[in-house]
Amino acid sequence: MTIDYSELLHAFRPEACLVAGALLVLGLDLATGRGRTAERRARNAALLGLLALAAALAATFAAAPTGPVAAGTMLLDPLARVTRTGVLGLALLVLAATPGTLRLPHAAEYVALLLFATAGFTLMAGTTSLLLGFVALELASVALYLLAGFDKSRPESAEAALKYFLFGAVAAAFLLFGFSLLYGLTGALELPGIARGLAAQPVSPLLLVAVVMVLVGFGFKAAAAPFHLWAPDAYQGAPAPAAALIASAAKLAGLAFFLRLLESGLTAPAADGPPAPWTGALAVLATLSLVVGNLAALGQGNVRRLLAYSAVAHAGALLLGVLVSGRAGPGPVVYYAVTYGLATVGAFLVLAVLDGQGGAQAHADLAGLRRRSPLLAGVLAACLLSLAGIPPFAGFLGKFLVFAEALKAGGPASLPGAIALLAIALSAVALYYYLIVLKEALVRAPAPGAPAIRVPAGAALSLIATVALLLALGLLPDLLLRRF
Amino acid sequence: MNSWPILTLVVLAPWAGAALLGLRPGLGDRASRWLGLAFSLSTAALGAALLAGFDPARPGLQFVERHAWIRSLNVHYHLGLDGLSLVLVLLTAAVAPAAQLSGWGRAGPARVPTLLLLLLQGAALGVFLAQDFFPWFTCWELSLVPAYFLIRLWGGPGAARAAYQFVIYTIGGSAFLLAGFAALFASTGTFDFGQLAQLGRDGALTEQLGPWGVRAAFAGVLLGLAVKVPLWPFHTWLPPAYAAAPTGTVMLLTGVLSKMGMYGFLRLLWPLFPAQLHAAAPALLALAVAGIVLGAWAALRQEDLRRMLAYSSINHLGYCLAALFAVAAAAGGERPAAEAAAAALAGLVLQLFNHGVTAAALFLGVGILEARAGGRSGLGDFGGLRATAPALAAFAGVAFFASLGLPGLSGFVGEFLIFRGLFGLHPAAAVLALPGLLATAQFLLTAWRRVFHGPVQGAAAGFSPLTAAERSALVLLTVLMILPGVAPGILTSLTHPLVTAWAGHLTP
Amino acid sequence: MSALPWTIYVSLAGATLLLALGRASPWVARGLALATALAGAALGATGAAGFTAQPGLQTLVNIPWVAGPGIRYHLAADGISLVLVMLTGLAATAGVLFSWNVRERAAEFFALYFLLISGVYGVFLSADAFLLFVFYEIAIVPKYFLIANWGSTNREYGAMKLVLYSFAGSALVLAGLLWAHAAGGGQGFGLAELTRAASALPAAQQVPLFGLLFVGFGVLAGLFPFHTWAPTGHVAAPTGVSMLLAGVVMKLGAYGCLRVALPLCPAGFAAWQPLLGGLALAGILYAGFVALVQEDFKFVIGYSSVSHMGFVLLGLAAATPQAVAGAVLQMFSHGVIAGLLFAVVGRMVYERVHTRRLDHLQALGLHRQLPFPALVFVLAALASMGMPGFSGFPAELSILIGTWRTAPLWALGAAAGVVIAAAFTLRVLQVSFFGPAEPVAPTDAHPPPALDPITWPERAGAALLLAATVYVGLKPDALLGWILPALQSPALQPILRGTTP
Repeated sequence: MTIDYSELLHAFRPEACLVAGALLVLGLDLATGRGRTAERRARNAALLGLLALAAALAATFAAAPTGPVAAGTMLLDPLARVTRTGVLGLALLVLAATPGTLRLPHAAEYVALLLFATAGFTLMAGTTSLLLGFVALELASVALYLLAGFDKSRPESAEAALKYFLFGAVAAAFLLFGFSLLYGLTGALELPGIARGLAAQPVSPLLLVAVVMVLVGFGFKAAAAPFHLWAPDAYQGAPAPAAALIASAAKLAGLAFFLRLLESGLTAPAADGPPAPWTGALAVLATLSLVVGNLAALGQGNVRRLLAYSAVAHAGALLLGVLVSGRAGPGPVVYYAVTYGLATVGAFLVLAVLDGQGGAQAHADLAGLRRRSPLLAGVLAACLLSLAGIPPFAGFLGKFLVFAEALKAGGPASLPGAIALLAIALSAVALYYYLIVLKEALVRAPAPGAPAIRVPAGAALSLIATVALLLALGLLPDLLLRRF
Repeated sequence: MNSWPILTLVVLAPWAGAALLGLRPGLGDRASRWLGLAFSLSTAALGAALLAGFDPARPGLQFVERHAWIRSLNVHYHLGLDGLSLVLVLLTAAVAPAAQLSGWGRAGPARVPTLLLLLLQGAALGVFLAQDFFPWFTCWELSLVPAYFLIRLWGGPGAARAAYQFVIYTIGGSAFLLAGFAALFASTGTFDFGQLAQLGRDGALTEQLGPWGVRAAFAGVLLGLAVKVPLWPFHTWLPPAYAAAPTGTVMLLTGVLSKMGMYGFLRLLWPLFPAQLHAAAPALLALAVAGIVLGAWAALRQEDLRRMLAYSSINHLGYCLAALFAVAAAAGGERPAAEAAAAALAGLVLQLFNHGVTAAALFLGVGILEARAGGRSGLGDFGGLRATAPALAAFAGVAFFASLGLPGLSGFVGEFLIFRGLFGLHPAAAVLALPGLLATAQFLLTAWRRVFHGPVQGAAAGFSPLTAAERSALVLLTVLMILPGVAPGILTSLTHPLVTAWAGHLTP
Repeated sequence: MSALPWTIYVSLAGATLLLALGRASPWVARGLALATALAGAALGATGAAGFTAQPGLQTLVNIPWVAGPGIRYHLAADGISLVLVMLTGLAATAGVLFSWNVRERAAEFFALYFLLISGVYGVFLSADAFLLFVFYEIAIVPKYFLIANWGSTNREYGAMKLVLYSFAGSALVLAGLLWAHAAGGGQGFGLAELTRAASALPAAQQVPLFGLLFVGFGVLAGLFPFHTWAPTGHVAAPTGVSMLLAGVVMKLGAYGCLRVALPLCPAGFAAWQPLLGGLALAGILYAGFVALVQEDFKFVIGYSSVSHMGFVLLGLAAATPQAVAGAVLQMFSHGVIAGLLFAVVGRMVYERVHTRRLDHLQALGLHRQLPFPALVFVLAALASMGMPGFSGFPAELSILIGTWRTAPLWALGAAAGVVIAAAFTLRVLQVSFFGPAEPVAPTDAHPPPALDPITWPERAGAALLLAATVYVGLKPDALLGWILPALQSPALQPILRGTTP
C-alpha cells in the first residue's frame, strides 16, 4: 500500500495550517515575548492564531470533495467539508473575541491549545478510521481539558478541568474498549471494512456490548443524559471562551464522527433495511437528554449551568437527528449542530465580555444589560431565542428540519416521531427558562451603580458576525443544506 | 305619492333634529327646546299628509319604499304603511310633542334630554314603519338607548337599577326574538315581513323549519314581544322603570313603546305563526287575563301615583292582549265568530291609540304634580287640588275618566268593542276579566278622590299655576281623548278594512 | 393586490428604522411609527381596491425557499385575508395613536410593536403552512417584551403566562403540521398540498391531527378552557398593546383554525364538531358571567374579549357559510371594538385618574369630567352589546343564522350569550362613567382636580375606530362581499354545508 504524500498533504492542509500556526505562536512568543507587555503578547498570539485559522478555512474551501484519501483513513465528502468549515468558523469567532475579554498570562499557550483542539476537531470531521478518530478525539479533548482549567486565579476553573478530565478519560476508555471490540469482531479499523465485516456475521452479544460501549463513550462526550453530570460544573467553572468551544465545536466535530461511525460503520450497507441494533439505545439517550436537560434547566439560577443543561437538551435533539439521519442524510442534523454551535458561542462570548467587567454567573448578574450594553443585550437575545427555536433565527429551522425528518420517518406513532413530539412539547418549557434570563437582561433595571460595559472591538465583531450568521442561516438555510 | 320618500322623512326628521342638537354643543336651553318641539311636530305634519293620502280601502302597504341594502343577507330597506301603522304613527305624533313639552319646566340644560327624546321618537316611528326585519330590529333595539339614558341620568330615586333592569329585560327578550328570526332566515332566506307572512299563511314555515324548529322560533319571537308589552309574568321591569323615569320618558314609554310590543304581535307573531299562536292562545289568554286582574289588583294597593298608573298600564294592555289571544284561539274553531273577532280586533286597535294618549296624559298630570311637590307623587301628598288647581283638575279628570272607560270619552269605545268580542269568542275570559274593570274603576276613582277632592293638604297648598307648555300639552292630549270618544269613526275608518281582512282570515 | 406583501416589509422596515433613528427623541419615534402604521394601512387599502373576489387564494409571491422539505415563500390572499389585513391596518394605526404618550424608550416600544405587526400581516397573507407558522412565531416574543417592559398590573407574570400559552399552542400546531407534512410524503408545505395529504388520511388519524391543529390555534383564540392567559395578559399590557392583542392577535388563532385546521382534516372536524360547539358556548357564557362580577375595569374588558371570541369559534364550529362568514365579520368587528374599549379604559381613563377599580370610578361620576371618553365608551359599549347600527350586529346575526342550521341549541345558547354580554357591558358602563346609583349631593369643599384634556391622537384614534364599526354595521356588504366568495374555495367546501345565499 503506497502512500501518496501529495494527496496526504492535500487532505491534511487545514490541520497542517493549524499545527504550524500553533507551533509558530509558541515559538514566536518564546522568542520575542520577554520584553513585551502581557497585552501585546496576547494580541500578537491571537492575531497569529486568527491567521492560522483563516488559512485553514481557505484550505478547506479550496479543497473540493474528493473521496477517500490516505489509505481510507479520511473521507473528504460534503459532511467533512461542512463540519470543518463549521468548526473553523466557530473557533475563529471564539478566538476573535478573546483579546480584551480574557486577561490571562500565557496567552500564547492558550492560543496554541485552541489551535490544537481545532486541529483535533477538523481531523475528527473527516476521518473514517477508528484509530485516527480516537487519536483526533483525544487530541482535542486533552487540549480542551487544559483550556477548561486555564484560569488559575479561580478554583472553579481547576475543578471544572478536573471533572471534565475525569469524566472524559472514563469516556475515552469506554470508547477505546468499544473500538477494540469492533476491531476484534471485524478485523478492520476503517469504517467500510467494519461494515463489511459486520454484514457477514449475525448480531452477537459482543457486538451489542461494543455498540453500548461506543454509545456510552459518545454520550459522555456529547453531554447526553445520563452521562451529563460533568457538564454543569465544567461550563460553570471554565473560562467562558473555553466553555464556548467545548459547547459548540466539540459537539459538531463529535457529531460528525459519530454520524459516520453509525451510518457507514455499524449499519448494513443496505440503508433501508431493518432498524439497526443501536436505534433503541439511541432513542433512550435522546429522550432522557431531552427530559433531564429541559426540566433541570428550569430550576437554575446560574446562567452557565442553565446553558449546560440546555446543552444536554440540545444533545437530545441532536441524537434524535442522528437517529433519523439514515433516511434523511446528514443535512438536517449538521445544520442543527452548526446553528446550535453559533448560538452557544454567542451566548458564552457575551458572558465572556461580562466576566471581564463584573462577572456573569447568576441570572441577577445580567440585570439591566439592555442599558449597560445594548449590543450585548441584543446578541444575548438573538442567541437565546435561537436556542429556544424562535424564527427567524436559525435555531428554529434546525429544530424544524430535524423534527420534520423524525415525523416523516414513521409518523407520529413511531419511535422517532414520538420523541419529536416530546421535544416539541418540551420546547415550551425551554422558552420559559430562556425568557427568565432575557427578563433579567432586557426588562429588569440594572443594579444600582452598575457601570456601562465596554465591548472590545474583536468581541463586538465576533458577536455581530454570530448574529448575522444566525439570521442568514435562518432565512436562507439552503446556503448550508445544499452543500450536501 | 311614491315619488316622495315620505316615510323615510317621517323617521328621519326627529333624528335630524337630534343630530342638529348633538352637533351644536353651545346651544342654549330655549333654542334647544323650541328646536326639539319643532322637529317633534314634524311627525304630526307628515302624519297629516299621510292621512290625506291614505286610502283605507286599498289592501296592503302604501307609500312603500324598498331598496336593496345588504345583499349578502337579503336585507332590504323596506318601509310601508297600512292602517295599523298609520294609527300608531298618529299616536306618536301626538304623544311625542306632549312629552317634549312636559320637560320644559325641568331645571338643568335642555339640549341632551331633548335630543334623546327625539331619538326615541324616531326609533319608535321606525318600528312602526319598517317592513323588513333588519331595519325593524335596528329601531327596536336602538329605542332602548335613549330610554336608558333618560331614565338613568334624569330619573328619580331608584333610576339606576330601574334603567338597568329595563334594558336587560328587554334585551333578554329581544335576543331570543333575534334568534327566532335567524332561524326563519336560515330556512327561508328572507327577512321581509310580507314574504314571511305569506309563507306563514301557506304553512310553508312549518314545512321548512320542521315542527320543533317553528315552535322554537315562535317561542323566541313571543318572548321578545311579551317582555315589551308587557305580558304577565314578564312585566316586573315595568313598575320600577315607570316610577323612576322622568315625565317625558314615561309618557313615551307607556304611550308609544308599549305599543311597539303590541304592534309586533300584530305585524309579526300572528301573521307568521298562525297555527302556533292558535295552539298557544288559550294559555296566553290566561296570562293576559292574569295581567288584567293582577295588574288592577296591584294598582289598587299602591300608595304612589306613578306605581299605580304603572300597574294600570299593565292592566289596560292586558285587554289588548286578551282580545288578540281570544281571536287567535278561535281561529278555525267550530264556530268561526267573525263578527266577534272583528269587534275584538277593532277594539284592540282603537285601544292602542286611546290608551296611548290616555296613559300619557295621566303621567303628564302626575309629572305636573311632582314638579310642584319636590318629586313626590304619593297619594297622600296631595289633597283638594280641585280648589287650588281647577284647570289641572279638569284636564286630569278627563284623563282619569277616559282611562276608566266612561262613555263619551275615548277609552269607552275600545273597551266596549274588546269586551263584546271577548264575550263572543271566549266568554269565560270575559267574565274573568270583568273584575279588572271594576278594580280599575275603584283605584282610579279613589285616586281621583284623594288627590283632587277633600281638604287641601300637602303640596296642593300654594300650587303654582300651569305653565304654557304644560297647558299646551294637556290641551293637545285632552282633545285627543274627547274626539275619538264622540267620533270614533275617524280612527275606525282607517282600520276597518284591515280589521275585516284579519277577521276574514279566520274563516276556514 | 400586489401591494399586499409590502405591508409586511414596510412594517419590518419601520421597526428597523425606529431602532436606528427613533432614539433621537420621542417625537421622531412617534412620527416614524405613525408613518409606518399608515403606510401599512394604505397598502392594505390599495390591495383591497384592486381586489376582485374569487373563490380560492390569489397568489402574490411564490418562490422556492428551502428545497429539502419543499418549503416555498408563498404569499396569497383571498377575501378573508383581505378583511383581516384591513383590520390590522386599522388596529395598528389606532394603537399608535393611543400610544402617543409613551415617553420612555418610545423607539424600542414601537419597534417591537411593528415587529409584532409584521408577523401578523405575514400570517394573514401566507399560503405556505411553514411560512404561516414562522410569522405566527415571530409574533410571539415581541409580546413578552412589550408587556414586561411597558405594562402595568402584574406585568412580568402576565407577560410570561401569555407568551408561554401562545408558544404551547404553537407547539401543538407545529406537531400537527409536521404530521400532515409527513403524511404527504414530505413533498411540500403549501396549504394546498398539506390539505391533499391530510384529508387523505383515515379518519382515525385525522381526529387527533385535527385536535392538535385546532386546539393549538385555538389557545391563541381564547378557546375555553385554555383562555386564562387572556384576561391576565391583556390587563397587564399597556394600552396600545392590549388593543392589538385583543383586537388582532387573538384573531391569528381563529384565522389559523379557519385557514389551516378546518380544511386539512374534514373528517377530524366532523368528529370534533359537537365538542367544539360546546367549548365555544362555554367560553361565551363562562367568560360573560365572570365579566359580570369583576371589580377591575380592564378585567371586564379582558373577559369580554374571551366571550366575543367565543362567538367567532362558535361560528367556525357551526361550519355553514353564513356562520363562518359571520365569524370572520365578528373577527373584524370585535377587533375594532376591543380596540375602542381598551383605548378608553387604558388611555383615556386610567392614565388620567390612575385607578381602574370600579368602586373608585363610580364615586367619581366621570361623565361630567370626561364627556368625550364617556361618549366614546357609550358607543363602544353599544357596539360590544351587538346593538344594530354597529358592526357586531350583522356578525352576530350571521352567526345565529348559520348556527341554527347546524344545531338550534347552539343558537339559543348564543342568544343567551348576547344577553349576558349586554348585562356586563351595561353594568360596567353605568358604574364606570355614570356615577353612583343614588346621586350624592356635591360636596362644597374641593371640586375634583381638573383632568388632562383629551389629546388629538386620542380623538383621531377613537374617530377612526368608531367610523369603522359604524360603516361596517350599516354596510356589512363591504366585507361580506369579500368573505362569501372566499368561502366557496375548494379547500373549504368539504367542510361547509348548506349553500351560500
